[in-house]
Amino acid sequence: MDVRKVAHLAHLEITDEEVEIYTPQMNSIVAYVEQLNELDTSDVEPMLGGLTDEGAATFAERPDVPHDSLGQANALKEAPSAVEGHFQVPKVL
Amino acid sequence: MKEGWEAIIGMEIHAQLATETKIFCGCATSFGEEPNSNTCPVCLGLPGALPVLNEKVVEYGAKAALALGLNINETSIFSRKNYFYPDLPKGYQISQYDKPFSSNGELVIMTSERDDSGRAHDWQPMKIHIERMHLEEDAGKNVHEGLPETDKYSYIDLNRAGTPLGEIVTAPDFRSSWQAYDYVNHVRRVLQWVGASDADMEKGNLRCEANVSVRPIGQEKFNNKVELKNLNSVRFMQKAIEFEIARQIEAHESGEGVSQETRLWDEKNNRTRVMRSKEDAHDYRYFPEPDLQPLVVSHAFVESVKASMPELPDAMRDRFMDEFGLSFDDASQIIGERSLAKFYEDAARTSGNPRTTANFVLSEFVRELNNSGKSADQALLTSFELAALVKTLDAGAINNNQAKEVLVEVFNTGKTVAEVINEKGFEQISDVSSIEKIVDDIIQNNENQVTAYRGGNEKLFGFFVGQVMKASQGKANPKIVNEVLKAKL
Repeated sequence: MDVRKVAHLAHLEITDEEVEIYTPQMNSIVAYVEQLNELDTSDVEPMLGGLTDEGAATFAERPDVPHDSLGQANALKEAPSAVEGHFQVPKVL
Repeated sequence: MKEGWEAIIGMEIHAQLATETKIFCGCATSFGEEPNSNTCPVCLGLPGALPVLNEKVVEYGAKAALALGLNINETSIFSRKNYFYPDLPKGYQISQYDKPFSSNGELVIMTSERDDSGRAHDWQPMKIHIERMHLEEDAGKNVHEGLPETDKYSYIDLNRAGTPLGEIVTAPDFRSSWQAYDYVNHVRRVLQWVGASDADMEKGNLRCEANVSVRPIGQEKFNNKVELKNLNSVRFMQKAIEFEIARQIEAHESGEGVSQETRLWDEKNNRTRVMRSKEDAHDYRYFPEPDLQPLVVSHAFVESVKASMPELPDAMRDRFMDEFGLSFDDASQIIGERSLAKFYEDAARTSGNPRTTANFVLSEFVRELNNSGKSADQALLTSFELAALVKTLDAGAINNNQAKEVLVEVFNTGKTVAEVINEKGFEQISDVSSIEKIVDDIIQNNENQVTAYRGGNEKLFGFFVGQVMKASQGKANPKIVNEVLKAKL
């Protein structure tokens, strides 16, 4: 388990000590989940979402009709920093 | 291109589908709203909000796919593409990965290299393999200018976040920048034509990226490719590819080599520059989106969309060439826009003179449309009135210059052709008995010439025509004047 790579992908900074701690922990989680591989599921369709009580896929589409949006003030209300109607974030290119 | 080298180009086009609302929520997709006003918990990525697919995305997606010769897959799957960027509030983009909406398309485009003056001279059909078109949501917009302290901060507008896109990916089939240029224009036109997308590059609802590499002719292995972004117009795209081909050939020849990277088109300096190198290449960790079921598209649905599709522009161009005898260039110009093509066809059929109709459409009518910023279906001049004008001209009731003047007047005022001809006093005298009267007078007053003419001096015929025209202040129908004169002399 490359904990450093996982941390990097998740934008987390971790110390060498933490790598020592997390590596065996995460390995054991993966090993636990790997038990599922003992079952032969080669004939089973993957199920990718929920089912209704009758066992049908809960597929839903909606008509292309606008709803009321939150509006600028509400959208920005919880933002840590908002300026002139925009979310403000550290400089990105 | 430098002798001995060939370019390998693949294209990716993101086309915004022409829905009223976003792909997974009911926020409007309207352009130019106050920043962050068209937002809701779904497109802001707030916890617990759930996406629900917009049914029109499926319909427009199907139209786009069919217009591009793609096969629509019965089952496709939405997947999460994971990466961090401030314009992507959820931390993932809902896209499609291993089971896209449509795949395996074959498209024939017309393409031509251009000479130094930018003129196309040899249009040829070219078969393009389109690998796929999948459906996905757009990200928001990063703003880096016009707001406080942009040296320290970036700003985010999420109005665009969740806008539906079709991403169209070709095989690396293009060998020149002009082929790529003609391809993008083809895609833009058919998407507009079938109503799947407004495909307006200026508004950003059609964006393209090009993957470019070069290799010595005969080499089988592909060299490293460069992904070109920030191509804000088809022309910039063509220039960027051209620049990149030359840059890469030089880099290979000098031994410096080409690294796999993303480059931007720098419009100010007319060159490409590095945006990011391969070292920070992404690992997107795609997995099926658990909040959405697989998208199942029935055969019946695909058939109903097929039945609703209009005749595509290239088929129409070929038909106009066949049926109306138009040249490839004229027919291509007429099918540049669907309402223009329809206008032309209606007018050509009503007038019964497709050639003259095409002349008026391609010169005066298109010029007036451009000046007024209107499309053919918004013009005050209807196809019926244009046909009336062509018929009036063909009947000899007005001359060509007068017809042009009438066209402009009808275009600007919406009056009928007959009204304008009347107002301008262009109506020719086509009434035989009135012309006969004038001719009688002239024969009486010019005895010498009449005798000479009857004696064999046929050149004098022009003199009589001139006299009649003068007497009628230019309004006598020349055809009838000729007939009457011949009969009376």
